[in-house]
Amino acid sequence: MREKRWTFYAQSAGLGGFYLFTLTVNGWFIWRIRELRDLGDVWIPAAAIGAIVGPLFILFSCILTAIFRAVTLREGPELTSFPQRSAFRPKTTPLEEDLIRPVLSRPTKGFVALVAVLGAVVGVAFLAWTTQFNQGLRVTGLNNPVFWGFYITNFVFFIGISHAGTLISAILRITNAEWRRSITRSAEVITVLVLLFGAVNILLDLGRPDRMFNVFLYGRHQSPLLWDVCSITAYLTASTIYLFIPLIPDIAILRDRTEGWRREFYELLSMGWSGTPGEKKVLEKCIAIMAIVVIPVAISVHTVVSFVFSMTVQPMWHSTIFGPYFVVGAIFSGIAALIIAMSILRRAYHLEEYLKPVHFRNLGILLLAMSCLWFYFTFCEYITTWYGNEPGHMLIFNSKMTGVYWPYFWGMVVTCFVIPFTLLVSPMGKTVLGTTLASIPVCIGMWLERFLIVVPTLVRPRLPYTTGSYTPSWVEISLFAGCLAAFTLLYAVFTKLFPIVSIWEVEEGREHAAKEVSDRIKTYF
Amino acid sequence: MTESRRSFLEKCALSAGAFFAAGTGKLWGKKEREKKGAGAEGGPRWGMAIDLDKCTGCSACVVACSQENNQMLGSPEEAAMGRIIRWMQILPIQEGEYPSPRQKLVPMPCQQCEDPPCIKVCPVYATFLNEEGIVGQVYSRCIGCRYCVNACPYTCKFFTWEAPQWPQQMAQGLNPDISVRPKGVAEKCLFCHHRLQRAKEQASSEGRPLREGDYQTACVEACPAKAITFGDLHDKESTVSRLSSSPRAFHLLEELGTEPKVTYLKEGA
Repeated sequence: MREKRWTFYAQSAGLGGFYLFTLTVNGWFIWRIRELRDLGDVWIPAAAIGAIVGPLFILFSCILTAIFRAVTLREGPELTSFPQRSAFRPKTTPLEEDLIRPVLSRPTKGFVALVAVLGAVVGVAFLAWTTQFNQGLRVTGLNNPVFWGFYITNFVFFIGISHAGTLISAILRITNAEWRRSITRSAEVITVLVLLFGAVNILLDLGRPDRMFNVFLYGRHQSPLLWDVCSITAYLTASTIYLFIPLIPDIAILRDRTEGWRREFYELLSMGWSGTPGEKKVLEKCIAIMAIVVIPVAISVHTVVSFVFSMTVQPMWHSTIFGPYFVVGAIFSGIAALIIAMSILRRAYHLEEYLKPVHFRNLGILLLAMSCLWFYFTFCEYITTWYGNEPGHMLIFNSKMTGVYWPYFWGMVVTCFVIPFTLLVSPMGKTVLGTTLASIPVCIGMWLERFLIVVPTLVRPRLPYTTGSYTPSWVEISLFAGCLAAFTLLYAVFTKLFPIVSIWEVEEGREHAAKEVSDRIKTYF
Repeated sequence: MTESRRSFLEKCALSAGAFFAAGTGKLWGKKEREKKGAGAEGGPRWGMAIDLDKCTGCSACVVACSQENNQMLGSPEEAAMGRIIRWMQILPIQEGEYPSPRQKLVPMPCQQCEDPPCIKVCPVYATFLNEEGIVGQVYSRCIGCRYCVNACPYTCKFFTWEAPQWPQQMAQGLNPDISVRPKGVAEKCLFCHHRLQRAKEQASSEGRPLREGDYQTACVEACPAKAITFGDLHDKESTVSRLSSSPRAFHLLEELGTEPKVTYLKEGA
């Protein structure tokens, strides 16, 4: 055991807090199942969801415990003799200098200006939110029968973008794609942050946000909204852990290079990492487990989001392919968001050495594949509706193809397929500029797609009521802008607190990966 | 060792199978409802029959309903936004084209489904099917997510976009039996449930069972053409159950399997 500073107690308290959270989650499911049985209502959905989510949280607890035991409670000689530099990295490398510079250097004027502008947008959004909180949803453009609009569209859109990180990074880790090393971190941060705003949009949409805890007190597990609550909570927890674990060695590097409050802050988050082989082994094992666990959780999230629509009997919502269709769209928009974020980071922090054209080219190929897959799903979805020719469905189909929503629909086809496809198959698709130019329309197009799923179905009810219409109000627009700005702001702050390209993973890649890969290739033949 | 592990696994699989077999029957609560069947064994099942042949489209039911149930007047601006709330509305259905167009006028209360799509999706049990077949709404629990409203294929649920307000003179005349809905919750036609309470109290104070006609909704009473009939569908003698089994009877969107308890009688037959 090493010297116990306040950070040790704080870390133990954090772990204890997570145990408590796990206990609460499991206890909640058990309590709900009992309550539902007493009510005489169905309890199987609660039991089934609980049987998946409960053990998942226990697994997360085990992973954090393993890291706590291996790192914080490590026996043996003192390597991190505070406040000296720890023994595991006696001297710096040029790579470390490069990647740590954005964190340690003073913010540039451009950065401060960006923060100020984004802060102003968030301020306006906050004003809009207080207006809505005081006056109710009358300040939106929603009406009867268009009860859902911007907020639900943004919810689906943000949750979709969140598939950027964790899923892509997990798949690349599992498949040992060595080029992943410098991009995983920037992807995982997108996931965690954007997921928060997905959840926020649901709260914005509630008529009575003051009663949101009713979901936990009286939850009805038959409702797809409750599936959402369970699955998003699990995903947010999983992706936060998945972001945090590979961050630990980098936090330790920062701890050794900073002074004052920042040092204390990094000391707290580093869990006392000192980089012994034993610690590394446990860390890598935990990362590997999380990479596997996170994939089904991520897929479940967007499937369940699609179920909110497809479980109803409303025309063009009640579709069996919505689950995979949403997941494909999510990964598609996620990759696009990642490419945009990477190209901004590359320019702003001069990371050309680390985010190379090859990364963009590889992601571009993935984007191209997802674009084709997205087109395939869209084609399947629309041709079955058109061929079936049911009047209720055709009303909505026509409103998208030729009716009031034609600019949205054809805009979506152009931005999600025509532009990215042509750009990515052309020689431009191999460049940073080309992939970025292909990604921007994809993000716009995927937002349009979510809008086209939510709104036109509501505008034309099954019975021949007067056709509804929907125009968002300033409140909805500024809250959307506010969410985007707050996301960018938090992302920018993250890059100022932590290295956005994983130092230890790139280092390991440079030192060991070449040999590992060549050894692996030898085993193939 | 291997044997015991194998048998252990077998036991596990068996018990899991039994668990789910026991559970699937209850999966959507339908069996349970039939078993409990408060309505099935003698209890009433309230229903409505609307004769489209008699309906003149005068909208008296609409006015009576909004008076009875404390519905806000609504301003022209709100009407332009499509935010007027009327639990009973007249739905005009156009049939055929020129030169022989026909217009049907269909009074639309909540269809009071036996298998309501709205209650399954509510995350907080704010909407439910009560023992007498009325689909209820708990305003004080509703979180205002509007999922039930969107799941209703009849578009018969509403949402309170703002805090309720009336012109001063009218605020004095609210119906005290009906709660005024706060802002941000879903609301719907409850078959004038408060009138059922009153009728039950009246009957029990007189020491007699509920008779046909004791419990009538506001729209029924207001209809000058007597196009709307209301009563107990389980009582085979009642007018409403007789009309519901008439050859002219049909339900809206019957193909969805929601089993509405509002029956329409075809016109011109």
